[in-house]
Amino acid sequence: MKLSLNWLREFVDVDMPVPELARLLIDATAEVESWETIGANWEPDKIRVARVLSVEPHPNADRLRLVTVDAGSGTQQVVCGAPNVAAGQNVAFASEGARLRDGHTGEATVLKLRPIRGVESAGMVLSEKELGLSEEHEGILVLPDDAVVGRPLVEVLGDVVFDISTWANRADLLGVLGFGRETAALTGKALREPDRTYSESGRNVEELVSVTIDAPDLCRRFTASVIEGVTIGPSPQWMQERLKKAGMRPINNVVDITNYVMLETGQPLHAFDHDLVRGKQIVARRAIPGEKLVTLDGIEREFDGEMLLICDGGGPVGIAGIMGGGNSEVSESTNNVLLEVANFRAGSIRRTSTHLKLRTEASLRFEKGIGPEMAEYAQRRALHLFEQLTGGKVAKGLVDVYPGKQPRPTIVVEDERIARVLGIQVPVEDVRRILTDLGFVCHFVPPGNYSVQPPDWRPDVEIADDVIEDIGRIYGYDKLPATMLRGMLPVPEPNPLMDLRENVRDLAVAAGFQEVITYTLTEKAKLERVVSPADAARMSPLDVVNPVAAQHTYLRTTLRSSVLDTYAANRRHAETGLRLFEIGLEYLPTEADLPHERPVLCAILGGPRETRWGRPGPERLDFFDAKGAVEAIFDHLGIRVTFAPRAEFGLLEGHTAEVLAGKEPLGLVAQVHPETAAAFDIDEPVFLVELWLEDMVRHLPERPEYLAPSKFPEVRQDLALVLDGATPAGRVLEIVRSHRSGGVRIRADVFDEYRGPGVPDGKKSLALRLRFQAEDRTLTDNDVAKIQQGLVVRLGKEIGAVLRGG
Amino acid sequence: MPDVDPRIEGLRTEALAALASASDEAGLEQWRITFFGRQDGRVSALLRSIRDVPADQRAAFGAAANAVKVELEGALEARQEGLKSAALKALTTEAALDVTLPGRPQPLGRLHPVTQTMRDCLTAFQEMGFRVAEGPEVEWARYNFDAARIPEDHPARDMWDTIWVNTLIDGERNMLLRTHTTPNQVRVMERTPEPPVRVVVPGKCYRQEATDATHEWMLTQIEGLAVDEGVRMTDLKGVLYGWARKMFGADRKIIFHHSYFPFVEPGVEMAIDCFICRGSGSACHTCHGTGWIEILGAGMVHPEIIENAGYDSSKVTGFAFGLGVERVALLRWGIEDIRNFYANDLRFLSQF
Repeated sequence: MKLSLNWLREFVDVDMPVPELARLLIDATAEVESWETIGANWEPDKIRVARVLSVEPHPNADRLRLVTVDAGSGTQQVVCGAPNVAAGQNVAFASEGARLRDGHTGEATVLKLRPIRGVESAGMVLSEKELGLSEEHEGILVLPDDAVVGRPLVEVLGDVVFDISTWANRADLLGVLGFGRETAALTGKALREPDRTYSESGRNVEELVSVTIDAPDLCRRFTASVIEGVTIGPSPQWMQERLKKAGMRPINNVVDITNYVMLETGQPLHAFDHDLVRGKQIVARRAIPGEKLVTLDGIEREFDGEMLLICDGGGPVGIAGIMGGGNSEVSESTNNVLLEVANFRAGSIRRTSTHLKLRTEASLRFEKGIGPEMAEYAQRRALHLFEQLTGGKVAKGLVDVYPGKQPRPTIVVEDERIARVLGIQVPVEDVRRILTDLGFVCHFVPPGNYSVQPPDWRPDVEIADDVIEDIGRIYGYDKLPATMLRGMLPVPEPNPLMDLRENVRDLAVAAGFQEVITYTLTEKAKLERVVSPADAARMSPLDVVNPVAAQHTYLRTTLRSSVLDTYAANRRHAETGLRLFEIGLEYLPTEADLPHERPVLCAILGGPRETRWGRPGPERLDFFDAKGAVEAIFDHLGIRVTFAPRAEFGLLEGHTAEVLAGKEPLGLVAQVHPETAAAFDIDEPVFLVELWLEDMVRHLPERPEYLAPSKFPEVRQDLALVLDGATPAGRVLEIVRSHRSGGVRIRADVFDEYRGPGVPDGKKSLALRLRFQAEDRTLTDNDVAKIQQGLVVRLGKEIGAVLRGG
Repeated sequence: MPDVDPRIEGLRTEALAALASASDEAGLEQWRITFFGRQDGRVSALLRSIRDVPADQRAAFGAAANAVKVELEGALEARQEGLKSAALKALTTEAALDVTLPGRPQPLGRLHPVTQTMRDCLTAFQEMGFRVAEGPEVEWARYNFDAARIPEDHPARDMWDTIWVNTLIDGERNMLLRTHTTPNQVRVMERTPEPPVRVVVPGKCYRQEATDATHEWMLTQIEGLAVDEGVRMTDLKGVLYGWARKMFGADRKIIFHHSYFPFVEPGVEMAIDCFICRGSGSACHTCHGTGWIEILGAGMVHPEIIENAGYDSSKVTGFAFGLGVERVALLRWGIEDIRNFYANDLRFLSQF
């Protein structure tokens, strides 16, 4: 919405600086985005109103004229090339040094006078473009006849135009009058409403047109009047200027009046050429499915059975509330005008304009909801202007079909409710003043109620809290203190999954991984690089109808492709190894329901290990870096896990392990298959960790298992075993850790694996560090030797291991 | 008194000279073995040789030999101390480090700046008694819109450009990517039979809109909701004031101005005073010269939504707010372009 300050001043006095007015409106009414000052550069002494006294031919140039003007300080002669300059006109006149825009390039310039084709010029008669008003440079700007010669132009044409976003429920703020009313309420000034008087000098309107509403659910009110004997011509300068400032193109006096009144009141109007209305009758009815009309923009449009049409005796002449038809358009030859001002159901207009992809100034207003009383208001305002500006005679009476008439609603607002919602007491006199200024009828009913009737132009006000908002915003939210919430705290609702997720996020960071957050919508082809064709759910990701870009069409069913992409994108900037992770959701389709949103950690690492100097070293990060991070995380969480080989699509077999709690897999550690990595433009070994948080949460211990440090020393013993090369170290540890002998606990770790000279082919040697601990005594060397002996015997029996060198 | 046995004096002189020339631990040890070795240490041998001394001279010999032993032991100890302190001294001089050399690199990850900002915001609200809840990102239109009083044919839907999921259920397209966290107001109240409710709901939201320096189609919001008897708009101001001061500094000021969201009444937008130009700069890129930075939308929960939750709206009131985490992150760190967050360039992320 473009709001002209001059236009606003027609309805209310404004004597505060522009920024202050903007601030008031932002705080209480609507979002003032910016404002433009028209004539900010027009120095009062250099650009003034002048009258053209005579126009003579230029002695040396056919297309130039010598123009004598009076700019209030005697006559002066200027050279002018404009075709429309004529004696008797009031024009904008610039003298030497005036700051202007170049008529051709539009760039800022300063007027320097020089002879033109041998004739001196005392100044310049200006076009709109040179004044920065528009792109118009065909001819000079002609000012109204009543402009005072010699007056600074800034006082005649200067203005401030605000660019304002209004809210979706306030059609009244798509009219200057609406802002007039808000400004009056905010500043305490009186509101001056527009003149709506006229004389009914024509025939009875009933003789000229009849109106029927066939769809009262979509059309609540339809008013019509006829103006006979109009003279079509341009509308007056002041009206054209206001339309232009509001961003509309002046067309002719009839169309301009309808647009002007719409911009003024927020109520759209439509003028038909009365002589083209067949049967002199108007019907508002639903379209017959497939019915067509060529609208004013020259496009043929087709309608469905829920769209409301305005028809005459021969068929459609307009789409209700959106755009008129070309068949009944006002033209140069129009003599009589049928003026429609109606009220349509907001949702219906919205639906029709959405389906037709046709947004107009009218539909934007109707879809926000306009009070039906506004139809008559705007009708009478327009008739006033028709009488003043078109020379036509206004018919007697109005056709007013009003099936949707309802009694004005009364809303009871309890004083106590105002305090309950806003948190402060608003004095009775302030409540009354605010509501009255906004056009409400407001009675205070002691001891503590207000009886309130919202004004016709505010159908958005339905309940007491709507009224309270109006009170609060005009009273001023700056008067609200900041208070603390009172009352009981709600019962805590435990969310162990969320807690685990945040815990794991911290642990991943502690383990050296950088967190990334990637887009959750991706390409199907990328998902297919990492998802097994046999994984039906992950292979049929949900897609969206209207993606922002083709590469963001599918809701990801795995994080692997996104994190691999991120790794690849960062690889070229990084000299040393990279460790990245994301915790995000997999969106797994579910039949006829919202997808299962499955939280997962996905981490990728790879690249050269850093040296002491932070440089890439000869070694690379490997599987055991990934596994070490996983072990650290699970150890910290207190979940006991084991690792077992696993085969998985996109991961390198023989280098892939699942993380198990008992028999349940909680995640994966793996080398990404080199071919999969290559598909992401990664040409080095990279390793993946995936942790499935929903599965992990079931294995979280309620509290950490805790053992008091023993009073007795532990005994450490190293053990070197030779065993079959295919036997996993995990199997050895499992046996050792489960070995019980006389209440002695054995803890075991592997500290070396060796194959080569000294160990038979097909065998390997494992070095174990064993720690023996009894809770009730200090173990003797003899105790330990005995236990170890038993253990070795068991290892021999179960996996064929023997002591190295034994 | 006969003269001291010349062997004793000779040994003393010899031992002291040898000790002086021993310049390190190994030399001292060698010296100790030579002179004090249990078997054939020369001082030990000297002491043992008292047996061969005539009885009348034994006392004098013993006293002299013992005095030398004590003296040499003391000398050894002093020499050891001297060497140790010389070594320590050397550590602080010749062996001093160039402390300006870089430390050994430690792998240390970082949280994404959006995560950090989200956590800081949540902590601020948790300190005020809010608990954290979550809800689905893929959502039904009835939660995202209808239950929030944004019916299909209402222009308020234009405030949220929606990305729709390509599914038809009973012929209807009704699944979408939530455009805001507001549906969780309804979801949380649905599962809370009785007030009080006091939650913050963080999560990703999506908008069908072109990306630029201040707009992303994927964004992170935090929804706040407090519903109870006696919850007032002044409380909303108090909570948001507390949050704003925690995030942007204790001297922050806030203002509310009128706004419209169908699910609240009254509806407001909150702005904080511009901490970049402190209200002085008309060229300020952050506040565009207004002195105020728009930061979030809020309001009192519409009574119809309170009623739909099964609460008595004549007694129970509530407030709600929704803030954009990326916007807070942009402001707190003066980041110019929101697109940095999800480009995931480590050269950017590793600075936070």
